[in-house]
Amino acid sequence: MKRRMRNMASVICALLLVFAAAGVDAAPEQKNVILATTTSTQDSGLLDTLLPFFEKETGYFVKTIAVGSGQAMAMGRKGEADVLLVHSPDAEKQFMKDGFGSRRLLVMHNDFVIAGPGNDQAKIRGLKSSVDAFRKIAAAEALFVSRGDNSGTHAKERTIWWKAGVKPEGRKWYQQTGLGMGLTLNVASQKRGYTLTDRGTYLAVKKRLALDILVQGDENLLNVYHVIQVNPSKWPKVNAAGARAFADFMVSKRVQKIIEDFGKDKFGSPLFFPDAGKSEDKLGR
Amino acid sequence: MDLIFEGVVKAFELLFGLDPEVMGITALSLRISGTATLISLVIGISTGTAVALAEFPGRKIVISLINTGMALPPVVVGLIVSILLWRSGPLGFLDILYTPTAIIAAQFIIATPIVTGISLAAVQQLPKKLRLQVLALGATRLQMVWILLREARLPLLAAVMAGFGGVISEVGASIMVGGNIKGYSRVLTTATVMETGKGNFEIAIALGVILLILAYLINLVLTRIQQYERPR
Repeated sequence: MKRRMRNMASVICALLLVFAAAGVDAAPEQKNVILATTTSTQDSGLLDTLLPFFEKETGYFVKTIAVGSGQAMAMGRKGEADVLLVHSPDAEKQFMKDGFGSRRLLVMHNDFVIAGPGNDQAKIRGLKSSVDAFRKIAAAEALFVSRGDNSGTHAKERTIWWKAGVKPEGRKWYQQTGLGMGLTLNVASQKRGYTLTDRGTYLAVKKRLALDILVQGDENLLNVYHVIQVNPSKWPKVNAAGARAFADFMVSKRVQKIIEDFGKDKFGSPLFFPDAGKSEDKLGR
Repeated sequence: MDLIFEGVVKAFELLFGLDPEVMGITALSLRISGTATLISLVIGISTGTAVALAEFPGRKIVISLINTGMALPPVVVGLIVSILLWRSGPLGFLDILYTPTAIIAAQFIIATPIVTGISLAAVQQLPKKLRLQVLALGATRLQMVWILLREARLPLLAAVMAGFGGVISEVGASIMVGGNIKGYSRVLTTATVMETGKGNFEIAIALGVILLILAYLINLVLTRIQQYERPR
């Protein structure tokens, strides 16, 4: 019995060693940059276009974790991400105020649109105001599919409901998916519901959707992306140099030009508009 | 329906066109789940055999715990492993979150109870007299265990298949601890979720088909070993 125990113990030790060796092998020192970002930057394909340039130029390896803006900032608050690319300005300002970010730079914008079924039960097509559109959806009790995941899109949606004076939570016509934008658009399309989406993701997945853009162009629907470096003085393990390199890269002239052209060939119109160096208040006016 | 057909066609295009990204994802899935299953076999079969043969107080509780472990939800394993591996977590110093190694660790935790539970049942269902007989013929304990394991090889190979099947097909833990990073920790299941999100359904279905083909081939090999009869 004793001998068997000893044999087993040595096998386990060997395995632990293998584990440790594999771990060391897979993670070179501080060469990794963890980028927590929204699903829209991944689902639209923008990051797949940009990251190879960054990695080739700097030698850093970017680990992209695509989650909602809310979760991305939660990762930043815990020091589990080095740099964030997010689109939830109010929450971002709070994030900076609480000292979790060391630098926040404007990168680009596009806009949100209200998408819905062609028959448009709530008669919102062509409305100029997103707030009016939401009021009409609520009055018609037409199905609205929400992200429900604390993402930037969800935050924007809640602001519009608040401005419309409607409390949709718990109502039968209001459903929350808890999924990314691409999947939520699918749900809305299959159930013939309305949803709020960023234009980039809508254009990228449009070919499989039975949804039209019904409301657009409202100033309230501006969708602004910032890059935020997580503050290394809060979390010493944060890769500050890598985060700085990534932020600088995102606002560089060359990358801004790539963002400007991104999607033109595939969708006929750009998905994002580069804004580096501009003032946020002047966007969309 | 057309979509499923398109997906199957796409799967063969990707497979036979040797699409480098899909080949990489497939190879990584195999490597990760294969490694996790191998380690779980070593730990699972030895633990299962030990518990099956030993008498000790609380044995029934241990067995019920192992059997409960067979139903461990992969997302829960993913969540716990990520919290442990966070930079601020107790194992943060390893710096392996969002790496293939982290996925192997999580899948190992998922597969081990499955392998242990089935091995335990396999060894336990052997007639008790066999043990006594082997010992009476002068075998050492180690030789006895070896003979028992050989006798139980049919259900033990079922344990291998169940363990591997459990981890190659799970997505919850892989996406949480691996992060679905392109060209690095993206496996077949996490890529399927992502392509579905992007609306690329035919690619998503194609990845699913590749996963099924893979599972079929591996089980074919294992079944052949299992059903192989030694000439007497």
